[in-house]
Formats: sequence, C-alpha cells, structure tokens
Amino acid sequence: MISLRVNGAERSYDDDADMPLLWYLRDELGLTGTKFGCGVAACGACTIHLDSIATRACVTPMSSVDGRAIITIEGLSLDGNHPLQVAWRDLNVSQCGYCQAGQIMQAASLLQDTPEPSEADIDAAMSGNLCRCGAYPRIRAAIKQAAGSTRRAVEGERP
Amino acid sequence: MIYGQKLVADDTDVPPPLTNVSRRRLLGGGGALVLALALRVPAQAQGDGPKKFGVDAMPHGWRDDPKVFVAIAPDGVVTVTCHRSDMGQGVRTSIALTIADELDADWSKVRVAQAYGDEERFGNQDTDGSRSLRHFFGPLRHAGAAARQMLVQAAANQWGVPTSEVRADEHKVRHGKSQRSIGYGDIAQAAADLPVPAREDVRLKAPQEFRYIGKGNIDLIDNRDITTGKAWYGLDTRLEGMLYAVVARPPVFGGTVKAYDATEALRVPGVVRAVPIEPPAGPAEFQPLGGIAVIAKNTWAALKGRDALKVTWDDGPNASYDSDAYRSTLEEAARKPGKVVRREGDFDAAIKTAAKRVTAEYYVPHLAQAPMEPPAATVRIRDGHVEAWTCTQAPQATRDRIAKRLGVGADTVRVNVTLLGGGFGRKSKPDYVVEAALCSQAMGGAPVKVTWTREDDLSHSYYHTVSVEHLEAGLDERGMPVAWLHRSAAPTIGSIFAQDARHELPFELGMGLVNTPFAIPNLRLENPEVSARVRIGWFRSVSNIPHAFAIQCFVSELANAAGRDAKDYLLDVIGPPRIIEPTEIGDVWNYGEDPARYPIDTGRLRRVIETAAKGVGWGRQMEKGRGLGIAGHYSFLTYTAVAVEVAVGPKGDITVLRADIAIDCGPQVNPERVRAQMEGAVVMGMGLALTAEITFKDGRAQQTNFDTYEVTRIDGAPKEIHVHLLPDPDYAKPLGGVGEPGVPPVAPAIANAVFAATGRRIRRLPIRDQLSA
Repeated sequence: MISLRVNGAERSYDDDADMPLLWYLRDELGLTGTKFGCGVAACGACTIHLDSIATRACVTPMSSVDGRAIITIEGLSLDGNHPLQVAWRDLNVSQCGYCQAGQIMQAASLLQDTPEPSEADIDAAMSGNLCRCGAYPRIRAAIKQAAGSTRRAVEGERP
Repeated sequence: MIYGQKLVADDTDVPPPLTNVSRRRLLGGGGALVLALALRVPAQAQGDGPKKFGVDAMPHGWRDDPKVFVAIAPDGVVTVTCHRSDMGQGVRTSIALTIADELDADWSKVRVAQAYGDEERFGNQDTDGSRSLRHFFGPLRHAGAAARQMLVQAAANQWGVPTSEVRADEHKVRHGKSQRSIGYGDIAQAAADLPVPAREDVRLKAPQEFRYIGKGNIDLIDNRDITTGKAWYGLDTRLEGMLYAVVARPPVFGGTVKAYDATEALRVPGVVRAVPIEPPAGPAEFQPLGGIAVIAKNTWAALKGRDALKVTWDDGPNASYDSDAYRSTLEEAARKPGKVVRREGDFDAAIKTAAKRVTAEYYVPHLAQAPMEPPAATVRIRDGHVEAWTCTQAPQATRDRIAKRLGVGADTVRVNVTLLGGGFGRKSKPDYVVEAALCSQAMGGAPVKVTWTREDDLSHSYYHTVSVEHLEAGLDERGMPVAWLHRSAAPTIGSIFAQDARHELPFELGMGLVNTPFAIPNLRLENPEVSARVRIGWFRSVSNIPHAFAIQCFVSELANAAGRDAKDYLLDVIGPPRIIEPTEIGDVWNYGEDPARYPIDTGRLRRVIETAAKGVGWGRQMEKGRGLGIAGHYSFLTYTAVAVEVAVGPKGDITVLRADIAIDCGPQVNPERVRAQMEGAVVMGMGLALTAEITFKDGRAQQTNFDTYEVTRIDGAPKEIHVHLLPDPDYAKPLGGVGEPGVPPVAPAIANAVFAATGRRIRRLPIRDQLSA
C-alpha cells in the first residue's frame, strides 16, 4: 500500500507499483492538467512538485512516492491566481496551451529557489520544458513579470 | 440546445453536442436565441456556374446564420459557436471577438462553445491552410450583425417605435427619445422569434466603429482554463467505463502483421483484449496503419501489455527505405530534366551567353509535426450512435472516415472537438480517431481512448516531404540573373491518395515554386518524378519550406557572386512594385483564391523585406563571428520577411541573437494573435533550420522522441524577437493567412546570416554541426 498526499488530500494506491505517477494522476485521479508529452522526461509537460521539487511525473514510479506530497497544476493555488498564473494570462503566453501547466509548475519551482532569476537562471531551469508553438519569449517575460521584473523580452507585448 | 461540458460524462447523461471548454459554466437552453435549423445556404455554394474560389470552393462552403453561431441566454450571456479547431492559433478568441464586435456585445459576457463536426450546419470546418479568418471573417461578421439587428428590431417592436430610433450599445438596446433601454438577455427570446433579416439588409459596422476587431485588446478566451489545468484536450477525455488502448503498428510504412501472440500481453494485470486492426487496402489516405491494439483498464497497463505483445511483421515494400540512399535518388532526379511547370523566355539560350553561372543544390529533410499533445481519440458506440471526442483539425472528414470504416451512416456519427495541443497539420489526418472507433466496436461499443505515445507519433507521422532543390542561374555583366532554372524533387502529398503519384500537385507547386515573383526574363521551373516511401502530409507551411529555403538562399548566393548587398540584390531580383496575375505565371491554384482578388503584389513583398531589414539594423558594422541574414517570402496570400542576427562560436555553434519578422497579411482581425503566431513561427523555423530532422533506416524512423528529434528549447530561442505588423486598415480588402506564413523565411534568413558571419554556405538542413567540421 502506497500512501501519498495529492494537492493536500490523502490518497492510497495498491496496484502496479511501476506505474508512473503521471498515469496515476491522470487515469486514476482524473487530474488531467498534468500532461503527457514524451514519457521519457524529455519535454516537461508532466512537471509536478514532489515534496516542493519540480519533477517529471512520467518517469516517477508510484513505488517512489510513498509518504510524499505532490502538488499538480490544479493545486498550485487555491484560486488559480498564483503570480505565474496571473502573469501567464496578462501576457497571453499560451498558444495551444498544452505544455503550459508544466511550464508554470517548473517556473514556480524556479521562483521558489530563485525569486529574481537572471536570463541564465531562466534558461537553465526552463530548458527541459518544450513548447512546440514557440511561446518562449512570453514564457520568459511572464516569469520576469511574476518575479517582479518589469523588463520585457518581447517588444510591444500588449498593443 | 447548448449543454455545459462535464469532466466525466456518465451513461445517463445526454452527451454534449456543443462542448464548452469552460466547463464551469452551464448554460440554460431555454429562452436562448437558439432556434430551428433554418439554415441559409449561400447561393454561391450551390449548383453549377462560374469557377468558385475561396470558401465557396471548399466542401460545404460557408454559413452566416446568426441562429447557428450566436446564442443569448436570459442572463445575457452570449455564447458564440466556434466551428474551427483551435490548435494554438487562437481562433476561438478571434471568431468570438469578430461576432461580439458586430453584435455590440460586452466582451465579459461572451463565451465560446466548440462546434461538433457538421459542415451542413456550420460550413467548412477543415482547419488548415491558414484559412479560418480568411474564409469566415465576412460570414461571421454578418452573423453577428444580423443578430444585432434582430435584437434591435425586437426592442423596437416591443416599444412600438421605429427601428431608426433604436440602437444597440454594449449589450443593451436603447431608445434615445424615451431614454429606455433593455438588456440583450431580456429581449433575446423576442428576437429569436423574428425572421433572420435578408442578407442584403444586414448592415456591417464601419471599421471606425470596431471595438475588438483589429484592436488587439482581447485576452485569450481559454486563458484561465489553460493556466489552471482545466482545459480539455483530446488526451484528457474521460468517460464512465472508459478503456484505454495503445496500438502496435507496423514499424515500416506499408508493413503488415505476419503473426502475433498476445498471451503474455493478456497476462499483464489490467489488460483486457488484444484487437487486430486491418491496414488500408489501397492508398494510405487517412486510414489507420493497421497492427494490434492492446486495450486495458488504464494507459499504463495498455503500454505494458503492448511491450509484452509478440508480433512478427512483414515489413513490405518500404523495408529498404533509407534517407541517405533516398537523398541520392532525389539528387539524381533533380539533375535531369523533369516535367516543366513554368517556362518564360529561353533558359537554355540565356544561360549559354551569361557572363557568370551559379549552380547550387539544397536539401530539406523529412520533419514531423510533433504537436506537444500526441494524437488521441475516444470513441463510444451506443444505441447505434457513434460518438467521438478528439483533437482534430477536420471534424467532418473525421466523421466521414469513421462512418465509412464502420459501415454506418455519417448521420449516426458525432465528432466532438476538444482543444488541440498543437496540430501543425498532423491532426488533419484522423487515422487515430478511426483506430479508436474500431477499438470501441471491438469492445461492444464501450468507450475506448486511444493514446499515441511520442514514439508512435514520430514513427507514424504523415511526414513533411523531403526534397532536393536544384538551382542554376546565369548572371549578366551587372550581376543580375537573366537565366533561372529550378528543379524541385520531392515526394508528393498526393501519394497518400494515389500510390503512384510522382509529381507535386498544383497546391504544392503553388507554394513558392511556380509563383516565384521574380523579374527574370528566362526562367524554367521543373518538377522531376519521384516516388514516396512513407506517408507524406501537410506540415505547417508545407512546400513553402523547401522552396523558400532554396530560393532565398540561392538569391543570397547570387548576390555574393555579383558582389552586391544581399538585401538590395533581393529587392532588385523581385523587381519594381507591380501586380502579378498568378495564372499568368502558371499558378493555377493561388491557395484556392480568386486571382483577381488576390494577385501577387511585389510592392508588398518589398515592403516587408525593407521593414525587417530596417528592424534588424541592416548594414550595420558587425563584430567578428556575427552576421545578418534576410529572406522574404509570399505564402498563403501573405507577405513575410525575416532578418536575423546570428553569432557563430569557435566550435561552430550558432546563436540567433535577434530576429525581426515583418508581416503584411492585409487587414488584421486580432493583431495580438498575429504577433504570437509570428513569434512562434520564428521559434519553429529555427528548430527546422538548426536541429530537427527525421531520417529513415531499414524503413524505420530513426528519431522517436524529443531526445533525438530536437526542437527549439527556451535556451536556444532568440532572446529578442521583434514582430513588425503592417496591417491594412481597409477591411474591404481580402485577408491573408497568418498561421503558416511566418515559418518559411526563417531558415533561409538564418543560413544567409551564417554565411555573412563565416563565409560558409549552408545548403542542407538542419545545420546542426555542419560548421564544426
């Protein structure tokens, strides 16, 4: 029996311990905000917080999460107004939006560790999160805005 | 009727015919302006007559019935039905703001419902070709304006005053003389009982009256759902009693199952069944590739079951497909005369007397669209009704393919469209939805979700073509080209519909080959024969990618041979501003549009090139190892140019420091999203320029996940992307496309900048480590 906490709620799991946390969240708990993109930790779409550390759920087996606390995009903030979520909306970061939950979770972890990240900090923290639509300039800008920076990477962001 | 969408539909629930991605909102149907199916079929879309263009030439044409696209609930909430798929281009927002503007609606009261696949009802729904607003801006403005007039008429009737004294104003109808007003929600039912005004009686707003159109002041309608993890994509569908499937497909295109043993697979806890799927009998079309589906209680069990499956494959006729060998095949084809697709003057004579000759060949490999959300579909069959929930760019085509494959009438099939986690052309081919339908059928109609892994996606794509572009030019004493030969050898998308198709189709030739708008007196364009060995399909910008890469790099090579500035030379090769009738230069396609309405305007092409050049600071002094490059291209009725600054490090590593992209797509509906599309196009274009490639060996794709199929990451994206919008303020002018035209000029601009920085020519994509050798 594996016991874990997901977005504050106690959960228990008693099935295939090899199952990646990703499929447990999506198929068993219905928390579909955590996305499947690659299955091999190469795209970051499945990023969640495992004991406050950004982690790829697709390569995290259930056997490794016993007694641990997981936060998904659905639990990042009570009201959906985490500064990153607000910045993402302010700057209309999303295009298709599919990768953005993973981007936001990764960025939240970055800001937790580095409240005023440099360009290099952002590159280092975010380079594992793919966005095929190419929203990177705005992802960068939104992280800076959420971090309190007023600099913008994209000229004329809001016409 | 409009129903709210629920995360989990249960068996007693009426399935949502219109899915509203904002699933928190449940809209009541009663009292809404949702009426009988009084469809107004445009006269132009019916019967014989003169050649049809644009949306009139598309299957099922267009609709502009306000009763189809607009619903107003008693609380005043306006629900706009979006019949085009949103894959990141923002069409749900752009269509909604178009209708809301003409309706004089308060944006905060506007919601969007996604239409299911039904082109009889909604008009054409094939979301591809950068067509959504180009084709539907006019009809949907009409729908919004007609609804506004019905509200005004209903209020005037109620007050017993002439309509001339009544006007709509931000979600209210007002009568100035009596100072009366009524909210849209309160008059909606009365309005709904009125006849829809005749088309010629509908008055559209003048552009100076626009509040949302062209303003860029509207945020994405799905912003909150996306940022909180509530948005519903194809892979997120969950139904009561749903099973989960993955499919083991032939690793080589055209292969089949020789034998299989599912014993071990069925021993995996959670695995329910293994179901064979027949490969297509004829051309690949949009049919499943065949193979064995493993159906289980959850995705993980299905994946484990598939791993345990023992399949012996017959690899079929493409088992020897090898990208290195195929490149030689293409080169051979491109070095011999091929079918002439455009001829002006006498190339052979002119090249003989030219002062200088330049020859170059360019190679662009296969690419996979690789949307972040891989293909996914859920299908349930109940009481003779087939229902699908999926991320598709083509819901009506999907519906038709399901019906055909299951042998049922299309009227018994409903295809609900979710958000698409990217599309880029992959999701216009519904092979994956048909797989889900076959799985559901095999399970007695139980809902089955088919998930494609990334390996499935990259191994079984409808790949972007692979091409060798052979160019020769003769320059006169001044260095200007007087002779130009271009042979484009590339397997055609036509091969998925007719296996023996060996020539590019008019729509491929018309993507930047035959419609090259250069002022060159002697010109011959050829398309040699080649055969496809994998499924070839649309990839964002399609054939414009190889054509623009070759042509824009070659012009830069000619500029160098002539000792000229690359930008000035490009403008001179384009020639003076003039209007070119596409059919006169052999382009019979013209993106399906009327050549009289959409001629090529070289003045507009020149202007985007000049704008991008100015933006990047063209001509400025560069430090060692840095260079500027430029390219301009006309595609999807839109003019784009990209100028980049690159830095090449001592080991040959390339950094794109800055990109300036200019776009003239005519009048703009949502400049905020035009800007986003251009930013994204630069990033995607960089990926195919620098790193992305699918190669085949023994018929198998060699790159099967993002570790080897390398697309642009944030640390590789330019720190500065400057978008220069050149909107036409005259909304009577025709709209160009937006989703695709940004991509083609990116790669040649980068290659040309690399030359400026290093003196080394790039003639093969991706560049990867070519500079390190």
